[in-house]
Amino acid sequence: MAEVKDVVLEYVKNEYLEEGDDRVINYDTALISGGFVDSFSMVSLKVFLETKYGIQIPDAKASPEAFDSVNNIVNLLKEFNIN
Amino acid sequence: MFKQLFNMKSYEEELKTFSWNIAKEELGYKDGDNLNIGWHCTDRICNSGKSEKLALIWEDHKGEEKRYTFDDMRVLTNTIASYLQKLGVNPGERVCLFMDKVPELYFGFLGILKMGAIAQPLFSAFGSESLLTRLENAGTTAIFTQKKHLPKVRNIVAKLPSLKYILVVDDDGVKPLREGEYSFKMEQEEKVYDFEVYPSKAETPSVLHYTSGTTGQPKGAQHVHYSIISQYITAKYVLDLKDDDIYWCTADPGWVTGTSYGIIGAWSNGVTQCVMDAGFTAENWYKFIEKHKISMWYSAPTAIRALMKEGKDIVKKFDLSSLRHLCSIGEPLNAEAVIWSEEVFGLPFLDTYWQTETGSMMVSNYPGMKVKPGSMGKPFPGIEVTVVDLQTHLPLEKRGIVGMIAAKPGWPAMFRAYWNNEATYKKKFENGWYLCGDRASIDEEGYFWFVGRDDDVINTAGHLVGPFEIESALLEHPAVAESAVVGKPDPMNMEVVKAFVALKPGFEPTKMQELEIMNFIRKKLSPLAMPQEIEFVDKLPKTRSGKIMRRVLRAKEWGEEIGDISTLENDM
Repeated sequence: MAEVKDVVLEYVKNEYLEEGDDRVINYDTALISGGFVDSFSMVSLKVFLETKYGIQIPDAKASPEAFDSVNNIVNLLKEFNIN
Repeated sequence: MFKQLFNMKSYEEELKTFSWNIAKEELGYKDGDNLNIGWHCTDRICNSGKSEKLALIWEDHKGEEKRYTFDDMRVLTNTIASYLQKLGVNPGERVCLFMDKVPELYFGFLGILKMGAIAQPLFSAFGSESLLTRLENAGTTAIFTQKKHLPKVRNIVAKLPSLKYILVVDDDGVKPLREGEYSFKMEQEEKVYDFEVYPSKAETPSVLHYTSGTTGQPKGAQHVHYSIISQYITAKYVLDLKDDDIYWCTADPGWVTGTSYGIIGAWSNGVTQCVMDAGFTAENWYKFIEKHKISMWYSAPTAIRALMKEGKDIVKKFDLSSLRHLCSIGEPLNAEAVIWSEEVFGLPFLDTYWQTETGSMMVSNYPGMKVKPGSMGKPFPGIEVTVVDLQTHLPLEKRGIVGMIAAKPGWPAMFRAYWNNEATYKKKFENGWYLCGDRASIDEEGYFWFVGRDDDVINTAGHLVGPFEIESALLEHPAVAESAVVGKPDPMNMEVVKAFVALKPGFEPTKMQELEIMNFIRKKLSPLAMPQEIEFVDKLPKTRSGKIMRRVLRAKEWGEEIGDISTLENDM
């Protein structure tokens, strides 16, 4: 089974990079402050995580910092026992 | 503690003595003279002895910094203007700027104006479909873009016969450019120290900003070079810009605030401004203010509420003592945000109200004037603003009654047309008033209080989104049979897009389906247009003639009275 961080990374690459956009995204890439995902698009990323892992992420926890990299997201998911 | 001395001495005094001639004199402009925004923001400032003064301090998300003096900016804008001219772009043609907040965006804007073309800035998060609609309508000749946005342009270029030049500002030569695509590296081009600026006049078209309406596709609000008269003086009086200020306007020049006050207002006043080309995090923003010693900060309620969400403790980690004046724009600033900013920054955010069409501030709170938290403030001197009856569109005599905000045409920055859409332009004027489309009331002391839109347009984080454009795009999704889009109240963004969707047979209303539709709209139109919530329904409320009754859905979302539903065809 694919590791959580790979699932998240793959989803981010597929959904938030335009076809032909050859910028590199890795586990540490700044997603929000780096301009890959804005505050509106963050909502669809949150819906993805909630749907994929069957969890509810409270708004208070869905901060730009918590979503700012794949590693940060993985840490957030650990709070929901998703490893 | 010393009392601050503001540029506007007293609002009441200014009401008696104000004339647009003050701005004209200070800009050295006489009626009938040539008037070019590009020249006024660069060459004129250099001529006044500020060549070596910093015009722009730019920083990206990695903290990489670039600094440009007014003379650097003069030369680089000349270089861009000359490049476009040599390429074959003619005065009056539309040149689009489709970039993140990189220096080329700011200087490109002024360079385009210097050679007489019309600048058409578009938000870089727009998807291909949104881009196509706006470029097609404008008949755009050239577009400046970045490598990362190039695929979106390539997707649609075949449908745009007018688009002859695609200028890529950061091409690295790794992948070959295609026919019609040119590598333009601003700082590597041969510098043009002297350029004959296009002899534009007051009424020469300057900028085309697209804005959404309830029906039809977005409309291009066309402005003229004369707008600088309003933008200069409102930036001086409301933003209180002074020679030693370090100014930060957080708006993106893809929207009107980013050009009227993120470019023209600041630089026509010869003020140093900072630009951060990075996504929002509270820590980054506070760090930026501390590092660059920002003194004047013009931001938006959504951003302020996002900062409020992060709490007060984080503010204490930074030295923000350089701040001396704060203003806000985009959507009404709630009283809590004003009170919060006074508590944590020692300064209230002063709300300002204006629109893409108005080009400059119309109703504002002024430095030194009593602030009523939650109020929009009072009309800018020299501009007659009132509220008119929602039906008759005649001014309401009695105070405290809700009507539509209306302004007497004649202020310099007023839009002069909707591009290729005269009929809609004419509809914006009645009984000698420009109808803003927003509802408000005026209290006994003359303060305006915002109530909401008077139509179905959604104001999300200060950006107007038209339901029609989203509904049209939704219909292109294979699972969607029909849809209705409304604004839903949101504590952070004021409103967010909510879509009611009836699915075609064979499609299930699952969470994954919702996500797929959300992403479809995000990529096609923009993240702003993406429904933040989708409610799957069996059918939509319609009139007997088959028209979807959006207002019924909106009223439910807002907990308002549904009103007359006698024409409703079906039970909901």
